[in-house]
Amino acid sequence: MLNLNHLPSVIIAVAEAPTSLFAAPGIVITIILLFIPMLVLTALMLLKTKKLFTKLRNLPHKEVSDNFIKVDNALLSHVSQQPNVHFIASKRKAEVRPYTDPELTTLILWFICSATIWLVFGTTIGEYLGIKFVSPDIDHYSWLSFGRIRPVHTNAVFWGWSSLAMLGVGYYVVPRVSNIEITSLKAGWWSLWLINSAVLIGSILLMAGVNNGSGEFREYIWPVQLLFAIGLLITLFNFLGTVAQRKTREIYVSNWYIISAVMFAIVLTIVGYIPTWQNGLGETIIQGYYMHQGVGMWFMLFCLGLIYYFLPQQLNRPIYSYSLGVLAFWAQIFFYTLIGTHHFVFSAIPWSLQTVAIIGSVGMVIPVISGTTNFLMTFKGAWNKVSNSYTLPFFIVGILFYFTGSMQGTAEAFRYTNLMWHFTDFTVAHSHLTMYGIIAFILWGCIYALVPRLTRVEPPQSTVGLHFWAAFIGLLIYSIPLMIGGTLRGYMWMGAKPFIDSVVMMAPYWLWRAIGGTMMWISHLVFAFNLYKMIVNRKLEDTAVQSPDFHTH
Amino acid sequence: MEYFNNYKRLYLTALGLFVSLTFMVAILPALTNQKNNGLLPGYELPSEDEIAGKALYISNGCMACHTQQVRNVAMDEKWGSRPGLPADYAGMHRQDFWRNTATLMGTERTGPDLTDIGNRQPSSDWQLLHLYQPRAVVKESIMPAYSWLFTEKTKPERGDTEVQVPDEFKNRVTGKIIATKEALQLVAYLKSLRQIKIYDNTVNVDFLYKKNGKLTKGSGGMDKGKALYATNCQSCHQSNGEGLKGAFPPLKGSPIVMNDNPELYITIIMKGYDAREEYGAMPAVGNNANLTAEQVTDIIAHERSSWGNKARKIPVTEVQKIMDFIKAGK
Repeated sequence: MLNLNHLPSVIIAVAEAPTSLFAAPGIVITIILLFIPMLVLTALMLLKTKKLFTKLRNLPHKEVSDNFIKVDNALLSHVSQQPNVHFIASKRKAEVRPYTDPELTTLILWFICSATIWLVFGTTIGEYLGIKFVSPDIDHYSWLSFGRIRPVHTNAVFWGWSSLAMLGVGYYVVPRVSNIEITSLKAGWWSLWLINSAVLIGSILLMAGVNNGSGEFREYIWPVQLLFAIGLLITLFNFLGTVAQRKTREIYVSNWYIISAVMFAIVLTIVGYIPTWQNGLGETIIQGYYMHQGVGMWFMLFCLGLIYYFLPQQLNRPIYSYSLGVLAFWAQIFFYTLIGTHHFVFSAIPWSLQTVAIIGSVGMVIPVISGTTNFLMTFKGAWNKVSNSYTLPFFIVGILFYFTGSMQGTAEAFRYTNLMWHFTDFTVAHSHLTMYGIIAFILWGCIYALVPRLTRVEPPQSTVGLHFWAAFIGLLIYSIPLMIGGTLRGYMWMGAKPFIDSVVMMAPYWLWRAIGGTMMWISHLVFAFNLYKMIVNRKLEDTAVQSPDFHTH
Repeated sequence: MEYFNNYKRLYLTALGLFVSLTFMVAILPALTNQKNNGLLPGYELPSEDEIAGKALYISNGCMACHTQQVRNVAMDEKWGSRPGLPADYAGMHRQDFWRNTATLMGTERTGPDLTDIGNRQPSSDWQLLHLYQPRAVVKESIMPAYSWLFTEKTKPERGDTEVQVPDEFKNRVTGKIIATKEALQLVAYLKSLRQIKIYDNTVNVDFLYKKNGKLTKGSGGMDKGKALYATNCQSCHQSNGEGLKGAFPPLKGSPIVMNDNPELYITIIMKGYDAREEYGAMPAVGNNANLTAEQVTDIIAHERSSWGNKARKIPVTEVQKIMDFIKAGK
């Protein structure tokens, strides 16, 4: 067990770096983990710049006259009649899609579009919250006060954006890997409307001051969350029916993850809202469980299922190891379920339960490393495809943060690091590295891979690039200052400094958060624009590819 | 993998594993906890206003920034006299048909912990002014202003609670600022948040990660005094020692602070003071925070030598003597 006595008793000034701070394993792990995305970011940027310079240097001295170009459609796929400098590399187009029922396409597009509306709404609120840290007197309306709109932001991006986007893409993947059509389109529509109305009603109620009173993600009152749960239940039966009728012998691993995620989300909603075990501290024990299972068993599990479909598809090669995916599946259920209480380390919750949670957090190394290895090995020999693709960078960032963010969660659960980071903005940074870095990036990758196939319209590449870079760099500007500030703040608390001094100290870090948040928010507007571009001129009824026998994935 | 080609088998196994783990780590511990923890002796049932105040606390999402848990680690010592126990939360039940139980333990401490705020800051005047405009009392605060919990009246009626707001924070309000029923209920709730003292030693409730030795490294008594002042005194008397007109008296140039005989001065610090009509009541800051003689010495050294105040330095032995006397006298 670590002992605080090894630390210098207090940090007088921020500049005075404590030597023993870097001796704590949790902190060392975190610093190493943080270097990974920074390195990847730098590498990607260098690669881009180098490419551009090589291109500029190799320009032909004399422009080729149009007369010399003999267009041979058999060999050349992309001939430009305007000889100009390309600042934006042209990427590979989406493959011609296999046959998809236009009605299913419409349903999927509705899911994705409403998810995008919630993304823009939820992050607009988030952006406003970030501004309030810097300028607390910006307005004095009860409906817009910080405490009321914070849960509006978190719930809208949770249940609105991420959940609806996942389900929308899931409605494509589940029948596709079963080689059959979805059991019921009507059920899908019911699901869509129920979940959308839950988020809409929930957001209005929260702003009006109707709050369930429990912690994060349990702020909607039960009738609202019930709409969400019924929506999920309908989808569950729809997916199960589809798998039951499947034309493949095995159940592809994507469907292990996706359908289990839907089942678990229903279970945790029931556990989280039944009042029988919620008196006194019971409420908090359930909260730790509920909140964390929401993240790990609903979003993470579902998104892993989506990666197992889209990554091999985008790389055009099979997943590296099917068994590793299965191992990660069981390990995830086994360890993740245990870790909820690590949000209440040192609290009045039984010490033994806290210890189980910490052990479970360490156990998460198994599914995370097997998952990451599996995905990276799938890339092996196909890395050259990355520079030609506008979807793969999103998956790379998602996988990167899957490793970094999850391992950071493990490091945070240690008792010593918890002592330092708990209650600070470090937690906020962590939740954005994961819910945004992992979940949102994977979902964007999926949407950019899927929607052009469905509508046969590509998004403008320049704006996809803008979306990617603004979101990625924005996330780093958002989270790294918060982690530094959070660490310093925890250290000030441990040194028994006056509380208000730690508020003053955070001011510049909160400003950086608002700046990074603004970049992220702009990237969402760009994403919404890209989605609009992909959908507005859609061609759903195409006669060219009519193959209802489903022999290709 | 043949076994799991049957979809019922696959999904029932996964569901079974998840549900049984759920029972083990969530449902059973929750049930055991609520069964095995009773109310602490000294627990008082909340009044109607306090219940309404708690509902307001929840509906305005105060728990987004304020925790209500004193953890068993030394850095939490300033939020309560002992770490929280499961029994502290035993009196909490479902709020109503629509809303769940709310222990309000929280996960973020953007603002201070409020477990013991009723002891730490029992002054209604302070709480009301702070709700109306936090920056009027804590310049650096980033808490939202809850001005919509107040109304404006040209002539206060009988029974109205008027809030003395410094002019620069009145924000175009020309009349008197009156606290609404909601503001008073919220303050009633905040004042009811007091950690119940445990007098016997039957429960082991000590803080972990305690520090040996001094709080500050290489700093003289002045810095310590300043830090202690900021933690315990500054929210009312302000960092410039001038207090707030009509609410909290100045320490700058105060005859009590600079008196050669510090007896009354130390008594006020330890036991509080409510002798002057024009100012709000001062809580028993010293006793509530369990200030030691060394800490009191540092605080008064700071107060007697700052903002132009000049008075002799009082040795810790003298402070100790007066404190012993105060203790014996109660």
